[in-house]
Amino acid sequence: MQEFLQLVVSGIATGAIFASLALALVLIYNAMGLVNFAQGEMAMFAAFIAYTLINHGMSFWIAFPVTMVLAFGGGILIQRIVIKPVERAPVLTLVIITLGLATLVNGFAGFIWGYVPRYFGSPFSSDSIDLGGVFLNERDLGVIGVSGLVLLAVYLLLQHTTVGLTLRAAAHHPEASRLLGVHVSWMLALGWGLASAVGAVSGMMVAPILLLEPNMMQTIIIYAFAAAVLGGIESPLGAVVGGLVVGVVINLAGAYIPNAGDLQLAFGLGIIILVLILKPNGLFGRAATRRV
Amino acid sequence: MQRVRTAPPRYWLVAVVVIFFVGFPTVISSFLASEWAQALILAIAIMGLNILVGYSGQLSLGHGAFMAMGAYISAILAHQYKVDYLLTIPVAAVTTGMVGFLFGVPALRLSPLYLALATFALAVVSPSIIKRPHELTGGVQGILIAQPDPPPVVGDLFTTVTGTAMTSDQWIYYIALACALLLFWLAWNLSRHRPGRAMRAIRDGEVAAAASGVNVAGYKTLAFGISAFYAGTAGSLFGLSTGFISPDTFPVSLSIQLLVGAVIGGLASIPGPLLGAIFAYFLPIGSNQWVPSQTWLPEQITSTVKNAGPAVSYGVVLILIMIFAPNGIVGLIRAGYANLNRRLRGAGDRETGQIPPDPQTV
Repeated sequence: MQEFLQLVVSGIATGAIFASLALALVLIYNAMGLVNFAQGEMAMFAAFIAYTLINHGMSFWIAFPVTMVLAFGGGILIQRIVIKPVERAPVLTLVIITLGLATLVNGFAGFIWGYVPRYFGSPFSSDSIDLGGVFLNERDLGVIGVSGLVLLAVYLLLQHTTVGLTLRAAAHHPEASRLLGVHVSWMLALGWGLASAVGAVSGMMVAPILLLEPNMMQTIIIYAFAAAVLGGIESPLGAVVGGLVVGVVINLAGAYIPNAGDLQLAFGLGIIILVLILKPNGLFGRAATRRV
Repeated sequence: MQRVRTAPPRYWLVAVVVIFFVGFPTVISSFLASEWAQALILAIAIMGLNILVGYSGQLSLGHGAFMAMGAYISAILAHQYKVDYLLTIPVAAVTTGMVGFLFGVPALRLSPLYLALATFALAVVSPSIIKRPHELTGGVQGILIAQPDPPPVVGDLFTTVTGTAMTSDQWIYYIALACALLLFWLAWNLSRHRPGRAMRAIRDGEVAAAASGVNVAGYKTLAFGISAFYAGTAGSLFGLSTGFISPDTFPVSLSIQLLVGAVIGGLASIPGPLLGAIFAYFLPIGSNQWVPSQTWLPEQITSTVKNAGPAVSYGVVLILIMIFAPNGIVGLIRAGYANLNRRLRGAGDRETGQIPPDPQTV
């Protein structure tokens, strides 16, 4: 039982990382009805930026917000340069463009930092806290805490500020918003920036666990897809819940199913396919209606 | 009513291309022939993807997984059951095609976006699934495939033309060429007749197609099946030409490479996949070889470019093509040709002389 609880807590910690990345996916999906295949690579790039800042003597807790701001700017930049020219293109075009973006960012990171895995120090100590016989790793708790704060901040921003309201309005009713004087295109850029910043958190949280290298996020993005699909791809709350569920399931499966090691990723695929077949709208999504 | 006109097939051009590819190995080295064989194999897989994406409008990012399946079926049959490799190619193609057809059934329920997502996950996961049954697939070690010697008749003919003995690489080139010709001819027929028209109708407006009596579900799954059939053939041939397959022969980047080829060449066109394959195959090789050969650059830069070059060039090309030329190389050529035609004929009969521009295919 103790082992089970420990596994659940470390699963929640991994799940919190998936949740941040899944939330980033959901933000962009809500803004323009598109799954951003480059989200993981953008997060990886942000982690590399944080790594460079820390290597230049910055402490992690200063590098963290600085990287988020840089990622925010980067997201806006990408939207302005790459996405804006094809804003109204069919969804297939957009998907192919984000794939191109993913390969480009991946190659670019390899170009700058090379493909040798690097050690990214964790900001948390590796001590354990004894909680009634259950040993909780401080790293796990730290990851849960940081991700939780970021997710809470995004929630507050979206639901309780004017910017958040405008952002949601521009995403859901672009025409009406335009008539009311909202710069819809810039709001989309803002959405990209926000998603990029939230994704960056997942990159910085996952880098100490895995080693930092350009292909680091390739598996994480699959789990994030699974999380977003499970939660219903348009629901921010769903992304968070989905992320936590996927994290816990993967962790338990890895521990209790013998020789599951390299098949963990297949569980991610399994979750995606099962949800898409059984309940395509996910746990929190609304049934899609189509205007003919 | 506007009559839909397409450019008439130019048989002389087709003949020139076929003669070029048949004669090509007699003037290049055996090693280059094996590279061109792989480009042709890639062209087959890209044609499969083109049928799915270009004609039926469904996006698959996981065709590398179908290629892997074809390759492993052939390799296991040849390695474990000692079947002649050439006989395994149709078996692999048909089996993969059937699996693709079955895969197309749940895919029907998915929006294009979800389909892209699921197939992408499939491509990422497939290497680790292949590793699993390692007594069958050889695990990480993979399977060695014996490359066949050319039969005496073909070998003698080749020797009388070039004066040198035919290597197995050159023989494999001709096998790949024969398959490519057959499959391109099939695709051309498919695109001109009922299935091709039905698929395009579905792509351009599913509801309208259904209202006009097109069996939407049937043709969509059919497209998936045919497309997997092509990918399976290509995978099987790919194993033959490399002589060795392992799970890492089929990474995600292979699926991306296929997509890049399909998009660069021009979706929903028959020559597109061939052009796209040549481009997508030789672009990374070119960027790999050119930069390291520049001796004035420091070693560190050249080795990094060697690793990162293909990814960066793929990414840039993919984005630029999608933004500026969504119909690919073929689209550019057609537009240029129409433009030229208009200028030559003058402004007088501008309305009659031109080929109408292709609608955006993606």
